[in-house]
Amino acid sequence: MDDRRFRKRVVFLVLYLAFAILPVYWMVNMSFKTNEEILGLFSLWPKDFTLDNYRVIFTDVSWYSGYINSLIYVAINTVVSLLVALPAAYAFSRYSFLGDKHVFFWLLTNRMTPPAVFLLPFFQLYTTLGLMDTHIAVALAHLLFNVPLAVWILEGFMSGIPREIDETAYIDGYSFPRFFLTIFIPLIKAGVGVAAFFCFMFSWVELLMARTLTSVNAKPIVAVMTRTISASGMDWGVLAAAGVLTIVPGAIVIWFVRNYIAKGFAMGRV
Amino acid sequence: MKPVNQKAWLLILPVVLCVAFSAILPLMTVVNYSVQDIISPERRVFVGTEWFKSVMRDEDLQGALLRQMTFSLAVLLVEIPLGIALALSMPAKGWKSSAVLVLVAISLLIPWNVVGTIWQIFGRVDIGLMGAALAALGFDYSYTGNASDAWFTVLLMDVWHWTPLVALLCFAGLRAIPDAYYQAASIDGASKFAVFRYIQLPKLRGVLMIAVLLRFMDSFMIYTEPFVLTGGGPGNATTFLSQYLTQKAVGQFDLGPAAAFSLIYFLIILLLCFILYNWMQRVGTADKTGAGHG
Repeated sequence: MDDRRFRKRVVFLVLYLAFAILPVYWMVNMSFKTNEEILGLFSLWPKDFTLDNYRVIFTDVSWYSGYINSLIYVAINTVVSLLVALPAAYAFSRYSFLGDKHVFFWLLTNRMTPPAVFLLPFFQLYTTLGLMDTHIAVALAHLLFNVPLAVWILEGFMSGIPREIDETAYIDGYSFPRFFLTIFIPLIKAGVGVAAFFCFMFSWVELLMARTLTSVNAKPIVAVMTRTISASGMDWGVLAAAGVLTIVPGAIVIWFVRNYIAKGFAMGRV
Repeated sequence: MKPVNQKAWLLILPVVLCVAFSAILPLMTVVNYSVQDIISPERRVFVGTEWFKSVMRDEDLQGALLRQMTFSLAVLLVEIPLGIALALSMPAKGWKSSAVLVLVAISLLIPWNVVGTIWQIFGRVDIGLMGAALAALGFDYSYTGNASDAWFTVLLMDVWHWTPLVALLCFAGLRAIPDAYYQAASIDGASKFAVFRYIQLPKLRGVLMIAVLLRFMDSFMIYTEPFVLTGGGPGNATTFLSQYLTQKAVGQFDLGPAAAFSLIYFLIILLLCFILYNWMQRVGTADKTGAGHG
């Protein structure tokens, strides 16, 4: 790789990262300020440094339990989404069967409806099932948009793997489950990593359904956050602190799946 | 071509059940509402296609639809090339790669109402970094007073928020290209551009298809961020379709017209996605045969 091209790439990357980080920096900056300072004066860093905003969150059970509730249903949702999507994506990428193209596209159509449409029917459905205000309810509801996403992403990656690999494995006497788990999944690691991250992310930030299906016991952090907007005005500092804390679990998740995403597969070794 | 195997249905059955469980009941409810006038829970009148007709004639809706189309087109035109460029320039190995991945992904993890709130402050001329910087550079910038500034801010916010989705998908797609392809290219003495055009781009077709469709449908349904940032203003310059729908359903509590609106909304997205999907698939196949001959 020649030097000048390399430098151009680095400059572009640094510029983009600066653009990506600045609004986040402003939020972190706000989270260490008092509300008076946030609204009162322009300052590049907190003049009157305070941890009060974080203290509010860590000492109030209704605040921090929001994070725990969100993590529980997001984890259930991500695991279930991947477990059902992996075999389905394999079927779509390898076989043709009655209605395959239609089912494949139909899955994605479930992401095409404004979420507001689902609120009333979901409320009625989960009340009837007695699942209101449980983590299961939110996890199930979020399958609606995460399963199609996972199937589509995984299918894209699986279709990139030549079919000869499957056939060679069968000739070598691998059973389907053994082939799938020990050969095939490692080949599409990048796809599994990115699908897992997106399932986590979309479920983590979803507000409307999560808020509708919960009241106390499973109330997610995104819903708890809306309480910073009250009649007496916005509590900007606490909102910013809560926002900073919502980034943390996802950052940890991407740190763990980064090897899946970054390495991909090296055909040379197979 | 792919072998026919009807037993493959067993593999997709769990997915179909999971999704159908959540999808079918709401759809029936919406269709049900869209053809009735609900005066009270006990009194309903069947009105046929009347709501559909009145929604189609609504001029505010046509304006919102036009703004929505413009917005989604702009989103795709900016975010897809930028996302590809970003994925190509991200380091592939080592701690730098991990650090960049985390930094790039951060904007995706912030709840959408917080995204709107951050940008609301970030763009303010008195206390926000971007607003203050633009004002210092001599721009007469105000996202609450000026329609084009509001558009600029909403679009910039969306680019900031969602380009990482395209970039992460493409980055993972690039990592899944076997080294053998690059080795063959370097033996042939292919230029960087040729490698991109004939190896990377065709191999990214699958992830790009997902990225384009996702960005299209999500930007077409964008609600929270512009609602928090501009509240649809100034005037109704940044009132997009879903905001208009919510005004109808919640604000005026017109369930019938809102349901008819939702169905039309859904059909528009479906139609446009279908066109995009088929177009990208045709381009992709043409590409494959082209590469085969080349």
